[in-house]
Amino acid sequence: MTHRITGNALAFGAVILFLWWLVAAATGPEAYLAFMAVATGWFGKLVAIGFTWSFFQHMGTGIRHLVLDTGQGFDLATNKFWATMTMVASVALTIITWGIIFSTKGF
Amino acid sequence: MAEFSLPANSKISSAGKRFPAPAGAKNVRSFKIYRWNPDDGANPRYDTYELDLADTGPMVLDALIKIKSEVDSTLTFRRSCREGICGSCSMNIDGLNTLACTQAIADIKGEVRITPLPHMEVVKDLVPDFKHFYAQYASIKPWLQTVTPAPSGEERIQSEADRAKIDGLYECILCACCSTSCPSYWWNSDKFLGPAILLQAYRWLADSRDEMTGERLDALEDPFRLYRCHTIMNCSNVCPKGLNPAKAIAEIKLMMVERAG
Repeated sequence: MTHRITGNALAFGAVILFLWWLVAAATGPEAYLAFMAVATGWFGKLVAIGFTWSFFQHMGTGIRHLVLDTGQGFDLATNKFWATMTMVASVALTIITWGIIFSTKGF
Repeated sequence: MAEFSLPANSKISSAGKRFPAPAGAKNVRSFKIYRWNPDDGANPRYDTYELDLADTGPMVLDALIKIKSEVDSTLTFRRSCREGICGSCSMNIDGLNTLACTQAIADIKGEVRITPLPHMEVVKDLVPDFKHFYAQYASIKPWLQTVTPAPSGEERIQSEADRAKIDGLYECILCACCSTSCPSYWWNSDKFLGPAILLQAYRWLADSRDEMTGERLDALEDPFRLYRCHTIMNCSNVCPKGLNPAKAIAEIKLMMVERAG
């Protein structure tokens, strides 16, 4: 479930962001500045953090399903453990990533 | 095909009846049970039966039998062996598909809500229609298929190690708890075989005496029949026999890959 939701969020989010950036760049300097203001403002940061989490969650569940496809990890306790671990790992990796960004570049 | 809301004649009405516990009951528990009668033209409803647990057997099936024999004889459900070997009394109890005969009342908190297996056509009350499910079972040819002549005067021998390969598979009682808990089966049960039937299919693929492995795999090599399984794991989580259909399906997918080389 989360794998599909984050996968779709990443795909559609990336398309929308890229189109907006392209249109803004083509329209002229004012539009581009407006885009950059939003993208680097609090909303842009929130979206970027959401993107980062989606990326790590999608990667985690992707690796989990890759292992499942080899026929391993189907024991109920093991399965639940790794399902939980993808979420723990994605949140932890998101915090680490943005911790590094904010501590080196400032908020 | 997927439907997101129930048809008008399937919506649960609020016209449910209440059958209070007998006077002087010590340990009262309510059982909220899905009722639908094809003959009265009315919408389904929940009837609530209060039982004295001090005077009821330990399992949910004991409560259902008590209701039918002492409170309301119109309640309809399937049951036979009452010890988890026939698979007749599969139903949704307290939100999980399981067998009424092996589900202890004491393990459920508060009111016990009982509905038929999800996403199956209902014949009456707690009785779902298994026609399609059985047809799918027949489609995988669930019997030993061979080409070599049988050894004269003896059965086809199997080593202990080969016999062990069908442990965790032959125990399936076809109660359909797994298949009817599977979202992929809810969406595509017309074409997807579902966990129960696929576990059964693997039971014959894993049998060293069966000689139709290639043909069996050919029959499953289909985007829907096998590959609608997305390893959601509901099947293995609900199986009242503790089997693992998700793993059996993964083994079939592995056989497909190995066969392709």
